[in-house]
Amino acid sequence: MTRIVIVGGGTGGTVLANRLVEDLDSEVTAGEVEVTLVNDSPDHVYKPTYLYVPFGKKTVEDAVRPLADLVDRRVDLEINRVVGIDTDAKTIELQDGRDTLSYDHLVLATGAKLVPDEVPGLVEGGHHFYGPDGAEKLRDALAEFEGGHLVLSVVGVPHMCPAAPVEFTLMADEWFRQRGIRDEVEITYTYPIMRLHGLEPVSDWMEPRFAERDIHTETFFNAEEVDPEAGVIRSMEGEELDYDLLVAIPPHAGDDLIAGSGLGDDGWVAVDRHTLEAEHAEDVYAMGDAADVPTSKAGSVAHYEADVVADRIASEVRGQLPTATFDGKTVCFIEAGMDEATFVEFDYEHPPELRDESRPVHWAKLAYNETYWLTARGLL
Amino acid sequence: MSEQLTADVTIDARGAGCPGPLMDLIGKVKTADSGTVFELQTSDRGSVSDVPEWVEKAGHELVETVEHEDYWSIYVQKA
Repeated sequence: MTRIVIVGGGTGGTVLANRLVEDLDSEVTAGEVEVTLVNDSPDHVYKPTYLYVPFGKKTVEDAVRPLADLVDRRVDLEINRVVGIDTDAKTIELQDGRDTLSYDHLVLATGAKLVPDEVPGLVEGGHHFYGPDGAEKLRDALAEFEGGHLVLSVVGVPHMCPAAPVEFTLMADEWFRQRGIRDEVEITYTYPIMRLHGLEPVSDWMEPRFAERDIHTETFFNAEEVDPEAGVIRSMEGEELDYDLLVAIPPHAGDDLIAGSGLGDDGWVAVDRHTLEAEHAEDVYAMGDAADVPTSKAGSVAHYEADVVADRIASEVRGQLPTATFDGKTVCFIEAGMDEATFVEFDYEHPPELRDESRPVHWAKLAYNETYWLTARGLL
Repeated sequence: MSEQLTADVTIDARGAGCPGPLMDLIGKVKTADSGTVFELQTSDRGSVSDVPEWVEKAGHELVETVEHEDYWSIYVQKA
């Protein structure tokens, strides 16, 4: 019996589990291979939904489906939290019930978590749209906001969905226009490095659009502290901005499990960027946000990586030399307002090129969001 | 001089593209004590200009940039 254990039931883990039982159909049916997906919640969350919650276009319930509805029945679904990994003994330790699970192949798809308390005052003074509670609180704050200074500060890099802060800013601009209060609102967007986005072509696309829409920008702005009483955000570089409504992209971190198991110093698993094999352990892969690869923490990356990892593990199970590799492929939609969008596609060798935004791409994004559940099942 | 340079903290960001190396440096500088010397190892050519620009903006000191065969070591001292 070959045991394949996947930790994490987000996009990457779910697609991978479904792909593996499909690719190894005969071996799974014969009882020669067991695929176990361990997740600490019975729910699967499609996080991009949260972008639309503050503007009343989606609810937090829209982001959630039972994981059991998305994974193939042949996948052994274990709702439990992994609290330890022993890569020498090839076991994982579970929080409740069964003490350990042994594996022949382990895949870590543990995602990224928010750590807003790394910036003093940010929890009390800032809003975000990276989780259900934050998105709903921001929805209420935006509904009550009649005017003043909205600051969108990208505090954490890397963060999930690198397009999201750009999208939120452009959507907020148009949303205020639709409400007839844009003249009462000043918008400032801050970014930690010398341009508006990590990807230079995206920054080049943003610059004229932000200028046209009277969105102020501050670059080289690394938030150091927030003073909620004074309504001020201060940067490491000595700048400070007064705000009436602060929306922040909080700092992110990998799962504590990663650093604790020696697989990656900063909580991201050190992997070969093409094979996705862990650098510090045998028979361990990492993918999705958890993998320290030089591309975006985006759902599309996790999906493409899942295809590669499924191919490689299926080859290994069959005693073949794995040849599938990840080329860094990333695809991201970028909302440019409330009814137009563009998209970027790039990989390790090819930088992104952005087209002008259009309504059809916006509708394509909304259509994709609806069909995402088929993607998670491995059908698209 | 470059042979004698020693860093308190070495950040190996080789293989990462922009803004990875710069953000790695910023993240470490944020929590370090004043006077700490960092060696940022990067194979990203853009970092050679981006990092000094940030260092100047943030008021730290660019000690030296050393070119190796396939990467650069950028030494920075926190103000």
